[in-house]
Amino acid sequence: MIQQRPEGEGADAMQDMIVLVEPLIPALRRYARSLLREPAAADDLVQDCLERAITRWGQRRSDCDVRSWLFAILHNLAINQMRQAARRGVHVAIEDSDETAFSRAPTQEDGIRHRDIHDALEALPEEQRSVILLVSVEGLSYADTAKVLGVPIGTVMSRLSRGRERLQRSLDTGVVVKTPNLRRVK
Amino acid sequence: MSSVRPISEDDLHAYIDGALDGARRAEVEAYLAENPEVAKRVQGLAEQRTMLKRAFDPIAQEPVPPELSISRMIEARRRPASFSSWRSMAAAAALLAVGAGGGWYGRAAVDGAPVGIAALAQEASDSFATFASDRGRPVEIKAEDSASLIRWVSNRLKRPVLAPDLASSGYRFMGGRVVPTPHGPAGMFMYDDDRGSRIVMLTRPMAAEKDRPVARQPGGDIARFAWAEGGMGYSLVGDVAPDVLSPLAQQISKQINET
Repeated sequence: MIQQRPEGEGADAMQDMIVLVEPLIPALRRYARSLLREPAAADDLVQDCLERAITRWGQRRSDCDVRSWLFAILHNLAINQMRQAARRGVHVAIEDSDETAFSRAPTQEDGIRHRDIHDALEALPEEQRSVILLVSVEGLSYADTAKVLGVPIGTVMSRLSRGRERLQRSLDTGVVVKTPNLRRVK
Repeated sequence: MSSVRPISEDDLHAYIDGALDGARRAEVEAYLAENPEVAKRVQGLAEQRTMLKRAFDPIAQEPVPPELSISRMIEARRRPASFSSWRSMAAAAALLAVGAGGGWYGRAAVDGAPVGIAALAQEASDSFATFASDRGRPVEIKAEDSASLIRWVSNRLKRPVLAPDLASSGYRFMGGRVVPTPHGPAGMFMYDDDRGSRIVMLTRPMAAEKDRPVARQPGGDIARFAWAEGGMGYSLVGDVAPDVLSPLAQQISKQINET
């Protein structure tokens, strides 16, 4: 396999990178958009993530799992961006955000469902939301989720449990309990 | 049954996520069969998981946009001078210009807007920013119809204008359009190389600085060259290294003089 190479610029190292990274790009886009909602901003973030991955490919530990490594880079970029946005107060309140920002034109009936779940997710604390998305949508193992987030598995489990219960209450009652965390209503 | 480890909340989530081994899964299933209230809650959470997957999965089915092509990104880095390195060179050049007495900025500072050649370079950069990034319609009239493009630009500029030919340097003529500037209409011509990197030339009559040699223009995010000959100004800009653009600018200047 690939040994450490300065800057990861070796031609065959890069070929290996393409083979390993390319299949993961759709999932990276999905995770970015599930966090940021706005498709263009999400793709910018994935682009940023890939740029960083290219530069750091050579420094990557050879035993590290490429998927968790990429998700960790993407997650950190997303968190930084959301925090900055929250500080600047530019984050658009959910009530104002455009429904077309979602992944597809929903059909009449499931559109309502999707909107519900997006809103309910958005209302969760960021830590719980990330865990739920990584486990439920991205299908990461608890160990990989812990690696992506840089927290112990026990923390992943408690965030997962609390997050899922809270999400479930929002969905059952239709009442979204908002967390002001990372959001600032205009 | 008494030997079974108590079922934990973690077990229930691992059951939902399919993360249990066969033996433990059987124990959880047995537990759920005896505890219908918990079973109902677990079923709800499992449905939530499915619902989330269904809500977000279509994103991963979308075709990946070209900006996210990893091979293209690696290719872009292999170019001799990377964008970031020459951008810092441009910043250094801008600082030098200030240090040298602020010649450019001195002129530009009168009413805050650049004039003459500096204005032309800025207009070319603006056109580049607007049109070169346009995937669908970067040019209004394509190269195939260059006769009508030349006619259009010449009519609006009220003088004969020719589109330079850069094919010998690997830049293909794409076409162009008339664009507005604070100094009247200008002709914009666009070229690309076989990697799809685009450059833009802008030309218009000059009210000030009617004759100036080809020179690198400071400022901006992209490389820009500008000059003026016989009352017509020319500016060549692009998201490429200045040492790529410089010979192209010379080549255009030579072609203009030969016609």
